[in-house]
Amino acid sequence: MSDIVRKHTLKLLEQNTRSDLRKLDEYRTITLEYGAVGGAEGSARVKIGDTDVLAGVKFEVGKPFPDTPDQGSIMVNAELRPMSSPDFEPGPPNIKAIEMARVIDRALREGGAIDFKKLCIKEGEAMWMVIVDIYPINDAGNLFDAASLAALAAIKDAKFPKMDAQNKIDYHESTNKKIEMGTMPLSCTIYNIGGKIIVDPTSQEEELCDARITVGVLENGTMSSLQKGGEYGLTIDQVNEMVDVAIKKSKDLRKVMQK
Amino acid sequence: MTGLLVNDRDIVFPGQVLAESIEFLPGEDVIREKEQLISTKIGIASINGRFVKLVPLTGPYIPKRDDIVIGKVVGIGLNGWRLDIGWAFEANLNLKDATSDFIEKGADLTKYFDYGDYLMTGISNVISTRIIDLTMKAPGLKKLGEGQIIKVGSTKVPRIIGKQGSMITMIKDYTGCRISVGQNGVVWINGDSPEKEHLAIRSIRKIEAESHINGLTDRMKEFLEQEKK
Repeated sequence: MSDIVRKHTLKLLEQNTRSDLRKLDEYRTITLEYGAVGGAEGSARVKIGDTDVLAGVKFEVGKPFPDTPDQGSIMVNAELRPMSSPDFEPGPPNIKAIEMARVIDRALREGGAIDFKKLCIKEGEAMWMVIVDIYPINDAGNLFDAASLAALAAIKDAKFPKMDAQNKIDYHESTNKKIEMGTMPLSCTIYNIGGKIIVDPTSQEEELCDARITVGVLENGTMSSLQKGGEYGLTIDQVNEMVDVAIKKSKDLRKVMQK
Repeated sequence: MTGLLVNDRDIVFPGQVLAESIEFLPGEDVIREKEQLISTKIGIASINGRFVKLVPLTGPYIPKRDDIVIGKVVGIGLNGWRLDIGWAFEANLNLKDATSDFIEKGADLTKYFDYGDYLMTGISNVISTRIIDLTMKAPGLKKLGEGQIIKVGSTKVPRIIGKQGSMITMIKDYTGCRISVGQNGVVWINGDSPEKEHLAIRSIRKIEAESHINGLTDRMKEFLEQEKK
């Protein structure tokens, strides 16, 4: 990043403000649209400011894993296409895409978003696999939170497709049956830039990030997952403060889901 | 004259036939195909006597000689710097065009301009699409200091600057910010307070969004008056 832009952004953060005059713990305007993709069984499009993310859910029938014969499974996949940011290159998913998919997968799985036993069709023989695909349309910062919100909303929106007695799926016809959701774990990412703790950074601020923590928060405010990113370390006090902010701000994200 | 198929200030699309007569002549971004004049870009038709041209609404920056651009230092070589000016290829800033100082062979060039620095430079020569020469030897060309960098479409730059700089002067007067606009669509803003800078950015974004609608200057004046209160 250019030195002049870095100095300027840090100076604004010192004054507890940002280039778009937001407070340090303030999100940009968040919008959520359910059913944004016609071809998917469930989908959602989330916009946080100029950041725009699309998530879709597809169902497949598979064989249960030997250690969990009575459970279905979930697979989260993120692809950062070059059209969404000049920093993304074509080719197989890079480390950022893999990390994002893993963090969202962890939050959904460990937070108990889906009751996997309800996804079992026949013990040891057939189960539903929920495949969540995340595609950013535009990356203007804070992809993590937008993608996590979109993934959860897409699962909430999903309806099972029709299936015959031979477990063959007809994707052209859907049933009214939805996935039975357990808790609603939402990820909230908190950034540390030059000692200042901020939420929802722009891509410019993201480049200056020293460390970040993605916290999965349940409806009752319990922390369900945690991922630390960024090159620098954090003190115990900073981690505590960041987790507190995440729990507080996750309520704002949850309000968007309930609209 | 008959054969004109569009009116002045109509929005036209690539491939659209603008006129069907040998009497009309193609201007900027318009080509002739036998008797037809065809638009090559999305833009606003501009008819001036026999000339049919169009003002593009969008498109990349195409470097032209004598343009003033804001470039970012992305490479340092033995005899100069390489700058990203928003074109497909990097532009060259030679030592002799950058400074009048005597620089010894092998000297550390980062003392003058380092990686990531933004420079206000002029295009001294466009030899080919790949070779573009820059210069710092003209009044007002300098290394830019601390500030915000925003990028706008290069086709909107004439509207942001306005006739003889009227629009940008108005924004500077109302916000008190120091603003430099490059023909390549890179804008540098430095103000006394975040609020003033934010107002300047919003003004520029408003011009960018509404540049094709008539009465922009009046609307901008009204907007700035209202926001300043």
